Amino acid sequence: MNLVPSLSIVAALLALGVLAVPLAPRRGGSALVYVAALLLTLAALAPPVALLLAGVDAGTVARLSLPLGIPWLGAHFRIDALSAFFLVVVNLGGAASSLYSLGYGRHEPSPGRVLPFYCAFLAGMNLVVLADDAFSFLLAWEFMSLSSWALVMAHHREPGNALAGFVYLTMASFGTLSLLLAFGVLAGPEGAYTFEQIRSREPAPLLASLALVLVLLGAGSKAGLVPLHAWLPLAHPAAPSQVSALMSGVMTKVAVYGFVRIVFDLLGEPQLWWSMVVLALGGITSALGVLYALMQHDLKKLLAYHTVENIGIIFIGLGLAMAFRANAMGWAAALALTAALFHVLNHSLFKSLLFFGAGAVLTATGERDMEKLGGLIHRMPRTAFAFLAGSAAISALPPLNGFVSEWLTFQAMLVSPQLPQWGLKFLVPAVGALLALSAALAAACFVKAFGVTFLGRPRSERARTAREVDGFAVGAMFALALLCLLAGVLPGVVIDGIAPVTQYLLGGRMPEQLSQAWLSIVPITAGRSSYNGLLLFAFIALSMVVVITAIHRLASHAVRRGPAWDCGFADDNPRAQYTAGSFAQPIRRVFGTLVFAAREHVTMPSPGDMAPARLEVRLRDPVWELFYAPIAVAVGFAADRFDRLQFLTIRKYLSLVFGALILLLLVLVLWAR
Amino acid sequence: MNALLVQGSQMLLVLALAPLLTGWVRKVKARLLRRRGASVWQPYRDLLRLLRKEAVVADSASWLFRVAPYLIFSAIWVAAALVPTFAINLIFSWSADLIAIVALLGSARFFLALAGLDVGTSFGGIGASREMMIAPLAEPAMIMIVFTLSLLAGSTQLSSIVAYMIGPEVGLRISVAMSLVALVMVALAENARIPVDNPATHLELTMVHEAMVLEYSGRHLAMIEAAASLKLLLYVSLIAAIFTPWGMAAAGQGLGHYLVGGVAYLGKLAAGGFLLALFETSIAKMRVFRVSQFLSAALMLGLLAVLLLFVSRNL
Amino acid sequence: MNGLGLYFDVAHLLAGGLVLVSFMMLYQFRMYALLNFYAVHALVLSASVAWQALIQGAPHLYVTAGIALVFKALIIPVALHRIVQRLGIHRTIETVVGIGPTMLAGMGLVALSIGVMLPVTGSADILAREDLAFALAVILLGLLMMVSRHNAVSQVVGFMSLENGLVLAATGAKGMPLVVEISVAFSVLIAFIVIGIFLFRIRERFDTVDVQALDSFRGERR
Repeated sequence: MNLVPSLSIVAALLALGVLAVPLAPRRGGSALVYVAALLLTLAALAPPVALLLAGVDAGTVARLSLPLGIPWLGAHFRIDALSAFFLVVVNLGGAASSLYSLGYGRHEPSPGRVLPFYCAFLAGMNLVVLADDAFSFLLAWEFMSLSSWALVMAHHREPGNALAGFVYLTMASFGTLSLLLAFGVLAGPEGAYTFEQIRSREPAPLLASLALVLVLLGAGSKAGLVPLHAWLPLAHPAAPSQVSALMSGVMTKVAVYGFVRIVFDLLGEPQLWWSMVVLALGGITSALGVLYALMQHDLKKLLAYHTVENIGIIFIGLGLAMAFRANAMGWAAALALTAALFHVLNHSLFKSLLFFGAGAVLTATGERDMEKLGGLIHRMPRTAFAFLAGSAAISALPPLNGFVSEWLTFQAMLVSPQLPQWGLKFLVPAVGALLALSAALAAACFVKAFGVTFLGRPRSERARTAREVDGFAVGAMFALALLCLLAGVLPGVVIDGIAPVTQYLLGGRMPEQLSQAWLSIVPITAGRSSYNGLLLFAFIALSMVVVITAIHRLASHAVRRGPAWDCGFADDNPRAQYTAGSFAQPIRRVFGTLVFAAREHVTMPSPGDMAPARLEVRLRDPVWELFYAPIAVAVGFAADRFDRLQFLTIRKYLSLVFGALILLLLVLVLWAR
Repeated sequence: MNALLVQGSQMLLVLALAPLLTGWVRKVKARLLRRRGASVWQPYRDLLRLLRKEAVVADSASWLFRVAPYLIFSAIWVAAALVPTFAINLIFSWSADLIAIVALLGSARFFLALAGLDVGTSFGGIGASREMMIAPLAEPAMIMIVFTLSLLAGSTQLSSIVAYMIGPEVGLRISVAMSLVALVMVALAENARIPVDNPATHLELTMVHEAMVLEYSGRHLAMIEAAASLKLLLYVSLIAAIFTPWGMAAAGQGLGHYLVGGVAYLGKLAAGGFLLALFETSIAKMRVFRVSQFLSAALMLGLLAVLLLFVSRNL
Repeated sequence: MNGLGLYFDVAHLLAGGLVLVSFMMLYQFRMYALLNFYAVHALVLSASVAWQALIQGAPHLYVTAGIALVFKALIIPVALHRIVQRLGIHRTIETVVGIGPTMLAGMGLVALSIGVMLPVTGSADILAREDLAFALAVILLGLLMMVSRHNAVSQVVGFMSLENGLVLAATGAKGMPLVVEISVAFSVLIAFIVIGIFLFRIRERFDTVDVQALDSFRGERR
């Protein structure tokens, strides 16, 4: 195994970013850049795929250090099974989005603001995954954050985007700070900053717990764990759609990588309560995320909130894996970790696909507001089909891929009674109920997203005159839809591909799947549970074909088109349809009153008055009010106090400096003793 | 080959029996209301008549509207064929466990709700939106029931659960009783039966399932109706298989056992249909927003069942 | 094992049923339904106690079961029915928080009581263990009922169901003397009478049995 190809691709991507500056304004320049990015990311897929397919030999690790960065540290890079898996996710997403951009990028009004950062963003994500010391990791992390921030700000004149950029920058800096502190804690006073050194250290339990909290804050804020998700639904939709896809589908996964790398690889033996925290956070995140998503009528915002839900599902898997690992149940931990990583891959596939679809709708109609869309299935049949596939996959419907990872998570949960701790025994079923709830709500959410956007009748002139997007964009969407189906019907390939990762991190793996009869997947033993997406798919397809042919041959195949019946009260006005808001109303009433303190207020005009009745809905964001508003108030208060420091005399400044110096010297004296 | 034959016959059996069960429930309900009621064979006649009619499709309907009935029917049919009826451990029973069967029904519901939204009418929307309110409550409850049963049996495979329930290990457990009640509640909601929805009317108050399929006609409607019957049959067989597993044959036991299993299965279906009709005639439909409380009670029962597992013996 | 298995199973079923009925009481909106469920609660309790008497071969427990049956399943519900009738409060009970959150909290309480009891009583006999866990759950649910309802009558019912939990705990623990048993029963009866009188007094004063009225009388906010 060699690191040179991967690193040279990163270097090439960086060079491409620089080249993109002069190329961007030219005709065909952006196409050229995207073709190059596509080829580079495709090429970058080869080494990690080769490594994962080579099997569970955990020794396949390549290292490389370059004399860059801090002189006494250098820059260390490394590829092992874990980074290989995430390299696949990153570059698969990158390739799909580059392909999509070949067509989509043509509509970009200011390519100069997008292209350079796009390449830098791809390079940054690759570098995070490859980094093997704290310094390069943080540098790459920050590079990734800043380039994506620049992409969020690409259309900075649109209302709301400046705020999104500000919130994103604040949260990203906060996240990096937490990670920096986490690495500081891990490296200890002697400054062991390479991952190799960190691995060999055994941090004290208290310090390790501190590091875990910091990592949860740092990686969790990037991934979008509730309550740190606030920036995500603002920033992801603000970026151009191919970048939204990358941020939601891939960058959040890089954050998951950071978490897995530090917690499973660097932190040493896990403590039990860690897993409880992660499990509870994951459960809350998944349920809250999808409820937020259901309340949204902006298509891209809905997708961004839904990312929060999926991050929750991934963290449920990770929490389970931590719990099993803390109890030395390697095989169960391998199952849970496989479920989480499988969901990482799945989510990167279908969330990219859905963001591409939203981008296609955006180019075709100029609208993101679902209340003004509708009926697009007639005007954009291919986009609609791909979006439908993505919606079905993300709603965890068999035989697509989303179901497999959730099924694996459930299977891992069913092992939990074997855990000796009572807290976990009770927590896991509760989290299981939350997971089932969020899976079912996700289906509702995507019935809403697809149904209101693509089905029914157009609600605006722009939706009525929409046109199908170009071939590249459709090709990218169909490629991802195909991958969703393949990962759903042949999950064994993916699971076996993840096996080296679990072997490396946990020293255990799931049973080999490809050798099972009929290509079923078997998490533990065949008597316990098995699932065969391929057979289900074949059964459903076969019975459909049989039924359709039988009915059309033997019974009737006549079709008459007519006006909709609608109980005899057909209304031609498309406004009589259900809207996104009305679709979500029952769910808002059932769940929203509790979670969002939703209140509906109807203003009815008096009889004879011709004024329209008005329905006002008030939602309150509990996280914002309970978590961010107090912080904002505290920061404002502190800032007001510190404001006075600006208006001191020179003498007072000097005395401040003098006081600080004396204080430090005192500390030094006391410390040394 | 033999095994394939048995699996195939189960697939045909559920298809053939589903309308009969619906007709039986209707008949019993009619008799309980002191009406004579239509013959139990009436659903077959309805289906055949619908199949032969031309389908009227709304102008604004898309291809999805026309494909959805077949998709829904196939998904439910496959799911129904995987639930043990007269025998366990059929050859394909391991291709989907209980969670997968629940999820298959979820797929059918997903497409049904989309079909409701497709034409762009207000009734379709109301049905779809209410259906998607009911599902997020019913599904976690169902998953909790699955948790209870599979923690007990140590497997999520329906055949293994049934085998466990026949065995002496199970005993009288409060968890099992609770999951039975919860499963009945979920089944009532999922099949749009009376306290949740009324399958017999188009009244607006009861508009969930019927509102979604309002625009369907001809063979498409036949598919939807058949799928609804199959789903009812699926839930009755599921409850029967798990909680009254007696008489069930194991795969490869031979024709005699299969016959016994088949007769027992018919008896269970008849009893289940009778109880359903009895229950439906003795209770009033609830307001739509009471449904959420009804189902959250089912969810609580499911959760409680899981919790109480830990105090029962040997787990 | 099988003989003991049946004994255990029925005891388990009845004790678990008691927890379940406690939950059903939390779910009720209407006064009469609540009272009926209280009667069921007492019925299950008396069955459970009788079963314990059978297993333990302790005839005095039959007395306890009889007391539960006569007083709690018959007299008190009937009396409460009449009170409710005379007060004219058979309307919907107004709860402090919704039914859903209350039941969620109840679920947490059951988990808590199982989690507390089972590890602590690890050495005890399995039957006593699970009885204690269930009893604690019933007690906590009764308390929850008292804090989650405004209405004084439903608070009384919550208190009574709590007391049922105490009896369950006592019988499960093998060997509560009959005297104690009877005195507990009578004290509860007296408490019931006192509360009943109290109820009428509240009503006379404030024209309502909503205990919030007392707060405003004391000058507290809400």
